Amino acid sequence: MADAAIHPPAEAGAFEPPFLGAYSKKVGMWLFLLSDSLTFGALLFAYSYGRLSVPHWPTPFGAHSIANASVMTACLLSSSLTMVLAVLAARRGDSKWQFNWILATMFFGTAFIVLHAMEWAGLIHEGLRLPIFAEPKGAAEAAGELAQAAQTVPQFPATFFGLTGMHMLHVTIGVVYLGVVALRKKFIPILLGLWLVGWLMLPADSPFKYGIHVLLLCAVVAAIIVWLRPKVYDAHDVEISGLYWHFVDLVWMFIFPLVYLMSTKI
Amino acid sequence: MAEAAAHHDEGKSQYFWVWAALLVITVVEIVLAYKQVLDPLHMLGVLMVLSIIKAALIIAYFMHLKFETPRMKFLLMASVTACLCLMCVFFADALRVLHLGVK
Repeated sequence: MADAAIHPPAEAGAFEPPFLGAYSKKVGMWLFLLSDSLTFGALLFAYSYGRLSVPHWPTPFGAHSIANASVMTACLLSSSLTMVLAVLAARRGDSKWQFNWILATMFFGTAFIVLHAMEWAGLIHEGLRLPIFAEPKGAAEAAGELAQAAQTVPQFPATFFGLTGMHMLHVTIGVVYLGVVALRKKFIPILLGLWLVGWLMLPADSPFKYGIHVLLLCAVVAAIIVWLRPKVYDAHDVEISGLYWHFVDLVWMFIFPLVYLMSTKI
Repeated sequence: MAEAAAHHDEGKSQYFWVWAALLVITVVEIVLAYKQVLDPLHMLGVLMVLSIIKAALIIAYFMHLKFETPRMKFLLMASVTACLCLMCVFFADALRVLHLGVK
């Protein structure tokens, strides 16, 4: 009886193959990405609905903004290439190149975030802001074109900042995710250091003064995960993180033309 | 499935080709935006087609869905496409608002 319990059944097909032909973590990530695509789909549809229903939709993106967004797109596309190379390195057991390619992906992702934040700062400085936020003191730009557009078409800043902010949040979480996969516990103090420096250095009227707390939240969640379940992340984990990263890239392939290229002022 | 996985791992050149194709399509999109040769409706159509091609390349090659089982491919892509298409029902209302001039 004991032997029967220990030995696996001999007959073929006793262990049923997975329904979708993939390991459970991968199926789980795909299902999450499916639900997340609906979140971004809803935001993109909200933006498009506003654009269709408002006759004079602002077109604030000049040649400089388009050039900036193009570089951001190139950064994300290049990060997807380095990510897939990291997955390949993980599959062949090359931990050194797996680490290097993940770091390269994080570099491109961070470049994207910095460029995007600079663009946001420029637009906010020119007067594009949500109605709930007060005008800055002595704002000479309050009569500017973007400030007027924000007042007459409040749907534009609401959907623009909502959509691109959600995407920026996803990229930030993606960089943290990759950092944890590559560096594990060592990444937590780096994250906390970045949060502290950012919080102290950013000016008080910057929206990123509050946004930087995302790094603190990520550090707490990552710390809980790596301390409760410490492990060396294997090729499957790298592939799962790659799926998330490519999804972030994929979403931008729709935001870039719909939001930027369709609203050019050249 | 294991054979397919081993096969597509052999060369990394395909990923460089996909990356180059994605960059080229992006450049085409940017040139279209700068030249402004198309009216907005046609521009939207062209950009959407190019974006869907880019998305398909990313999903198929970078996300390796091309190498998954047919069942997984169909379930994932059919469900997300159906859900996103259902959202289009709201566009009729957006056009109605535009024509009625509702503020």
